[in-house]
Amino acid sequence: MAEVIWGLATSHVPSIGAAMDRGRTEDPNWKDLFDGYAPAQAWLAEHRPDVAIVVYNDHANGIDLDIVPTFGIGTAERYRVADEGFGQRPVPDVVGDPDLSLHLLESLVDEGFDLTVFQELDVDHGLTVPLSVWTPDPGDAWPCPVVPLLVNVIQYPQPTAARCYALGQALGRAIASYPEDVTVGILGTGGMSHQLAGARAGFINPEFDTMWLDTIGTDPVRLAALSREELIRQAGSEGIELIMWLIMRGAMNEQVARVHSHYFLPASNTAAGIALFDNRVPQPA
Amino acid sequence: MSTDATAGRFDVPGTPVFDGQTSRRGLRMNRMFMSLRSAENRERFLADEAAYCRDSELTPEQQQAVLDRDWQAMIDLGGSIFYVYKLAMMDGRSMQYLGGVFTGTTEEEFQAAMRARGRRDG
Repeated sequence: MAEVIWGLATSHVPSIGAAMDRGRTEDPNWKDLFDGYAPAQAWLAEHRPDVAIVVYNDHANGIDLDIVPTFGIGTAERYRVADEGFGQRPVPDVVGDPDLSLHLLESLVDEGFDLTVFQELDVDHGLTVPLSVWTPDPGDAWPCPVVPLLVNVIQYPQPTAARCYALGQALGRAIASYPEDVTVGILGTGGMSHQLAGARAGFINPEFDTMWLDTIGTDPVRLAALSREELIRQAGSEGIELIMWLIMRGAMNEQVARVHSHYFLPASNTAAGIALFDNRVPQPA
Repeated sequence: MSTDATAGRFDVPGTPVFDGQTSRRGLRMNRMFMSLRSAENRERFLADEAAYCRDSELTPEQQQAVLDRDWQAMIDLGGSIFYVYKLAMMDGRSMQYLGGVFTGTTEEEFQAAMRARGRRDG
């Protein structure tokens, strides 16, 4: 059976990728963020999985608003890095794992999560920035194949936090039932608090973010109880992206061990958080 | 028709909620913004913006907002910030510049507010 070995939650702000691509990680405005990633990167380098699942959202690059799937999964052998309007990021294309994708799809549909299937998909910063946070210098290839799991967080009504957590739990069962003996890393991306438009643009809520970072490992059910309205009010209209962390957390064991976390602001208009959890710890009887 | 995207649902002051009605209003304009990812389309757009807007079937109000670079109006007329940003990028504008526009401050003031741990409910 396949086993989730770790979960990594991280913001996917495009300027984080741009700072890396332009060699600005030592810039005083950025250094604390990248220093804060280092312990997680060191641990992850020692715990390379066979395959990773990245829960993310597209930002007008791979999909548009003609079709707005609430949840989707990529089933391709390869995902091109999107040109978001300023050229492709200088990072490797993403290799997929169609066999795992199709197994997850079938298991999740059987559990009532009717995912939209993406046989072709260009992946944008929502997916590639988290891969860079994990592996800042990938060379010619990312550490392992990747299954993209897409969530609509852009157009209301986004899925509820509770539904995301339930999807994560079903995803965990789907992974466990995969017949291949492989290890899996799971990434939940987006957030933390931010709002890009409106008179409240630039809104940041460090108290909420700190609560979220403190709670995601120990009591995700509490976070899953938050309504869309409460998330938008507390974390900003784009901070609702945090629901994607709950899919990651739901796929993990009841007990997880925090390896590292860090909070930084601002990454352009956004509060940036990272939280890394080890899934291989003793469970309650 | 109300232009208040949150009417009748919930209201978070100063917070546009990009919902289904907003997305219906903005569909063609957002589609046009997405098309600006390609260099060829950016060239065509810049050669004759009004014609490109007409070909993209924007409403007259949307077309005027685009030609005037009235970012607030684009949001009010159904633009999604992630799509509107494609036009801003083409103009060499940053998300901090847009933040300044939405909050009535300069880009520098907005950036300074972000570096001071962001803005709070105002």
